Amino acid sequence: MVKILENKMIVPNICTITVFAPEIAGSVKAGQFAILRVDEDGERIPLTVSDWDAERGTITMVYVMVGKTTQKLATLTTNDTLATVVGPLGNPMEIDLFGKVICIGGCYGNASIYPIARALKEKGNRVTSIIEGRSSYMLYWQEKLKTVSDQLIVITRDGSQGKAGHIGNLKSILAAGTPPDRVIVNGCNYLMMRAAQETLPFKIKTIVSLNTLMIDGTGMCGVCRVTVNSSTKFACVDGPHFDAHEVDWDELAQRRKAYLSEEVQTLRSSMAQ
Amino acid sequence: MSEEPKPKPKIDLNRREMPKQEEHVRSHNFLEVALGYTAELAMAEARRCLQCKKPFCIADCPVQIKIPEFIQAIADGDFAAGVRILKERNSLPSVCGRVCPQEEQCEKHCALTKRGGTIAVGRLERFLGDWEAAQPEMALPELSSPTGKKVAIIGGGPAGLTAAADLIKAGHQVVIYEALHKMGGVLYYGIPEFRLPKAIVDREVDYLRRLGVEMHTDFVVGKTRSMDSILEEFDAVFVATGAGLPWFMEMSGNNFNGVYSANEYLTRINLMKGYAYPKNDTPIKRHRKVAVLGGGNVAMDCARTALRLGAEATIVYRRSRTELPARLEEIENAEEEGVKFHYLTLPVRTIGDDRFNVTALECLKMELGEPDASGRRSPVPIPGSEFILPFDSVIHAIGNSPNPLIPQTTPGLTIGRKGNIVIDSETGKTSKERVWAGGDIATGAATVISAMGAARKAASSIHEFLMS
Ligand SMILES: Cc1cc2nc3c(=O)[nH]c(=O)nc-3n(C[C@H](O)[C@H](O)[C@H](O)COP(=O)(O)OP(=O)(O)OC[C@H]3O[C@@H](n4cnc5c(N)ncnc54)[C@H](O)[C@@H]3O)c2cc1C
Ligand code: FES
Repeated sequence: MVKILENKMIVPNICTITVFAPEIAGSVKAGQFAILRVDEDGERIPLTVSDWDAERGTITMVYVMVGKTTQKLATLTTNDTLATVVGPLGNPMEIDLFGKVICIGGCYGNASIYPIARALKEKGNRVTSIIEGRSSYMLYWQEKLKTVSDQLIVITRDGSQGKAGHIGNLKSILAAGTPPDRVIVNGCNYLMMRAAQETLPFKIKTIVSLNTLMIDGTGMCGVCRVTVNSSTKFACVDGPHFDAHEVDWDELAQRRKAYLSEEVQTLRSSMAQ
Repeated sequence: MSEEPKPKPKIDLNRREMPKQEEHVRSHNFLEVALGYTAELAMAEARRCLQCKKPFCIADCPVQIKIPEFIQAIADGDFAAGVRILKERNSLPSVCGRVCPQEEQCEKHCALTKRGGTIAVGRLERFLGDWEAAQPEMALPELSSPTGKKVAIIGGGPAGLTAAADLIKAGHQVVIYEALHKMGGVLYYGIPEFRLPKAIVDREVDYLRRLGVEMHTDFVVGKTRSMDSILEEFDAVFVATGAGLPWFMEMSGNNFNGVYSANEYLTRINLMKGYAYPKNDTPIKRHRKVAVLGGGNVAMDCARTALRLGAEATIVYRRSRTELPARLEEIENAEEEGVKFHYLTLPVRTIGDDRFNVTALECLKMELGEPDASGRRSPVPIPGSEFILPFDSVIHAIGNSPNPLIPQTTPGLTIGRKGNIVIDSETGKTSKERVWAGGDIATGAATVISAMGAARKAASSIHEFLMS
């Protein structure tokens, strides 16, 4: 049983949860995730560890309320417990002195790129962070990101803050100024795929952190299979970070949808209760 | 009084059958198929044992249970004594009585086997394990006085549980680290409820807890904490992380939705209780026609599970029935329940629709050629014999490799060609100081009892090391 220290909605439909997990807080590195299970009958879902405090023994994750599990999660409060929090899983993001790095985050990725930007900055890179969202009220963690970035660029679809538009704006950002040595993208698979399309003509190494379905997170079940560079990889142990230009995005999108009809059914029955 | 010569006992060749659920009933539920002996049946079976002076059954048992002795105790109606004899050598009798391949081990050279009346050692073992569990109080064995030494065990499958039992009885402090949220390893996530009820696994785990074994679930060694950091806190480590890396047949279409590894399929049902979906949260698809690739016990488990979820289940196997590696008992159970078998059939491609869902399997017909190294006749494809079978799900049950997490994250461990941790087969010692290993992580996917046998050897070597 893992104790919840704080669980709150920060922007519509997106919540942060902080739990007491000292072992994980002591060993997690930027880019790793944890697997959570709300209660005994619960399913296992992966969430990126977006911040942590090794001294206090806490880890923080950000989740979007999409299915039954995340909805259930959102009803819990301080001092409630979770049946499982296991991690840190997956490989850490490769952190090195690359030179100039652009970190892009959308959705939960606003948060999950934060520790990546921080680690890159500590390594001496010049870090530009880009966050994107529907509107200014959907963005969060901007102040945190500013402290670990040389520059923060905001893109909103309705133009309520920063540049108006979407990830397609990346092209103009890349074309202006010196091109980055590496681009890292975190967020929904569509955002990552689109970003990869934008960086391809510039031949910029682009790393994405794939979010697949998962069960164990230790390489045991294979539900997290993705095709990268024409070969099958298990996202939980071989990834979740891969070269965006080698990922089979169509397959990934279809595999994510595998349980869509079941999810709709569970949501319906859980709402009816 | 003159001694009367004892009449030579008449040999009873009537191996007592164990009651089972009727096939048309059981194929629709997840309850255990075999119902176990009653006390009367167990005693009748036990009385058939010839009590050989030189028993082959013991020699063929990987943990050398004193089989004739516990059988005699059953024959005498002293079940408590039987349990004591059994548990001296095997801490998981209810499990082994159910899942061991007895026909390859204790029952193989039984003196009555040649005459067609093999003693049902496994059924008797199961009877005693279950009898004990049904008693109001499970007796706890004496523990040796505390040694002050600490042993960490990585992995809570049969190997880990067995080593834990031996080491705690020897007076050491024992902590098990398990990656999943339940203890039991394959016993919990792999072997289905209808063959090994999870309540039995929980019961055995609970017994160890009462003996004082400390258990941490949701703890992945190599990730949550490194092996080297664990070695700083413990005097010795036993690695029992199993063979959890699933194989897929090399062919196209493996990533369509509806394609599973046996591990995923069984985990969704057993560990995550997907059959209770949507009451439980983990979804499971209600497929209509399921193909299971492979012919071992795992394949039978998958097919019989699919059947219980309402699908038509078909085993697709490239050799013939005689070469099926599964236990005969499991094959017969599957056949009785209505699993279909496509023999001499080699899948070559999974076909899907534009929404990435499986629609069919393309196969080749095979014929049996010359016997290969394993003595089995090897199948050879018949050119031009391609044909298509419609399915909406394909489960790959062709095997697993050792779990790579510890090998990849632990410097100083010698790793074999198949990804296994290399050990000394007598002691279980690895190339790394104070680290032992055993079970599927060392041998590749094998059996529960061989994992337990390896664990007992390692535990005794660890004990020797700690006391010197
Ligand atoms: C479906 C199926 C049916 C089977 N049927 C039979 C049968 O009828 N009879 C039979 O004898 N055998 C059967 N087997 C084989 C048998 O289950 C195994 O040989 C046996 O379980 C091996 O035991 P083990 O303790 O070595 O490993 P496992 O049972 O695999 O246990 C290993 C444990 O270690 C954990 N782990 C892995 N990595 C880590 C880590 N880094 N940190 C912490 N924990 C970790 C895993 O989560 C797992 O719980 C079957 C196997 C399967 C898959
Ligand atoms: S989540 Fe099971 S293998 Fe990756």
